[in-house]
Amino acid sequence: MNLNQLTIAEAKKGLKEKKFSSVEITSACLERIEAVEGKINAFVTKTSEEALADAKSADERLAKGEDLPLLGIPFSIKDNFCTRGVRTTASSRVLEDFIPPYDATVVKKLKESGIIIVGKTNLDAWAHGSSTETSDFGTTKNPWNIEHLPGGSSGGAAASVASDEVVAAIGSETAGSIRQPSDWCGVVGLKPTYGRVSRYGVVAMASSLDSPGPITKTVEDSALILQILAGKDGFDATSSANKPQDYLKDLNKSIKGLCIGVADEYFDGVTDQVRDRVLEALEVIKKLGGKIKKIKLFPPKYTIAVYTILQRAEVSSNLARYDGIRYGNDRSSFGDEAKRRIMLGTYALSAGYYDQYYNKAQKVRTVIVDDFNRAFKEVDVIIAPTNPWTALALGASYDNPMYGEMADVLVEPSSIAGLPGINVPCGFSKEGLPVGFQVIGPQFSEALILNVANVYQLATPWRKEKPKL
Amino acid sequence: MKIDVKKVAKLANLPLTPSEEEKFSKQLEETLDFVKQLEEIETSDVEPTSQVTGLENIFREDEIGDCTLSQADALKNAKSIHNGFFKVKAILEVDNNES
Repeated sequence: MNLNQLTIAEAKKGLKEKKFSSVEITSACLERIEAVEGKINAFVTKTSEEALADAKSADERLAKGEDLPLLGIPFSIKDNFCTRGVRTTASSRVLEDFIPPYDATVVKKLKESGIIIVGKTNLDAWAHGSSTETSDFGTTKNPWNIEHLPGGSSGGAAASVASDEVVAAIGSETAGSIRQPSDWCGVVGLKPTYGRVSRYGVVAMASSLDSPGPITKTVEDSALILQILAGKDGFDATSSANKPQDYLKDLNKSIKGLCIGVADEYFDGVTDQVRDRVLEALEVIKKLGGKIKKIKLFPPKYTIAVYTILQRAEVSSNLARYDGIRYGNDRSSFGDEAKRRIMLGTYALSAGYYDQYYNKAQKVRTVIVDDFNRAFKEVDVIIAPTNPWTALALGASYDNPMYGEMADVLVEPSSIAGLPGINVPCGFSKEGLPVGFQVIGPQFSEALILNVANVYQLATPWRKEKPKL
Repeated sequence: MKIDVKKVAKLANLPLTPSEEEKFSKQLEETLDFVKQLEEIETSDVEPTSQVTGLENIFREDEIGDCTLSQADALKNAKSIHNGFFKVKAILEVDNNES
């Protein structure tokens, strides 16, 4: 096995036992990036020199016996997280020369844990999308089939993990942007509860929805990262004071007797290939002791409209700061998708339309929140397909203003309600494209959904498959 | 429903070409048409939710803390500065006949 193919847990063990060095793992990742980046374009900015210097320093610290949770392990960071001194573009021409003077809290915490940052990954510009092809820096390709999309908006992050360019990645999700590309790229993606992880230093999209989170090869790695990121941050007034749990303790706990909700509404419009893989996954869950219970849930299709309005309204406000005066280029540098979203949002918030659109959407939001609260009185977690279909071909998002929202229909409800959700791979379509399912839990139940996802992953062989790049 | 794209673009401070105005007009209409579905959901007795984790009025002490950008750092990315200030285009007209 090449060192870049390791998981965080494996890398930590090997580093501790001095089987290899951080410089060796980092070099393996950089070589892999060299070899495949031309095909997949996962990165906007590579920081190879800094990474090797950091790796050398990590090796010195490891030799001294320093025991930081992620010391010496190569990561990629989605390019909407501010990294001090390293260009951060949000994949938009507006910020093509922006060099942040500070680190996002997520970045700060990870640096303090010793990670090696090899680069900033590609996304849909401003995270507005579910394909990564609206990036102003070219699209990222799906490592499993480069004629197909990786999903988005954290497409670069997911592709960098799926192709073993890095050991792990950080992405962000507003409604699907971690779970959906993780699904399409066959990797694990965790969207924590809204407010679980600080948004400080993340280029804001929708302030009531944005959730930073890890994209990894294993559920165990996801838990390792969440343990570091979770917690209240003084710089993010919307971060929660809820005490983080121990996300590792019960990862392998038996799920015997756990009540798993499955709703027909979440299989509506799903392709046969996806449905079949997810139903097979539910059989595995049953064998592991989970009790499947049929439940009714508020039809996801209405949440598309809710999300469309809320997100665009909040975007119109958050993107108002890009005036080209204090940083970046002026507003004529915005791409089409950004302009569309800003305008729809402005309209929905304008005098005479606020009640009809924004206020109405916030009320339906309450209906959705209440619906999940009711469901979680009957079941412990909910399992559903993450996406109605597998990775679409390049170009699928063009001239389709509702593309992203339709694609994300199955993840929007849990995002709107601020719930945590994790995508875990459950097989492939007959075309060889990954399929995943999601586990959704009540707010702050990350330990539980990680547990369910982990026992499933350990009981199945999907981890052994690798894309042929 | 016809959106006044010119007006919205002005509110949003987005410079648009005439062909962009036309393109976006159509696409925005499509989106608005789609979100009409919300009217099917009964919400007369429902309060809006804007904060899903129940937070209200989060304050901090009115003190200068650690994280303050230096003036130099704050100005670093600006395209146009003068004497430690951000320089902007004139926004007021000065009538030189009045004193």
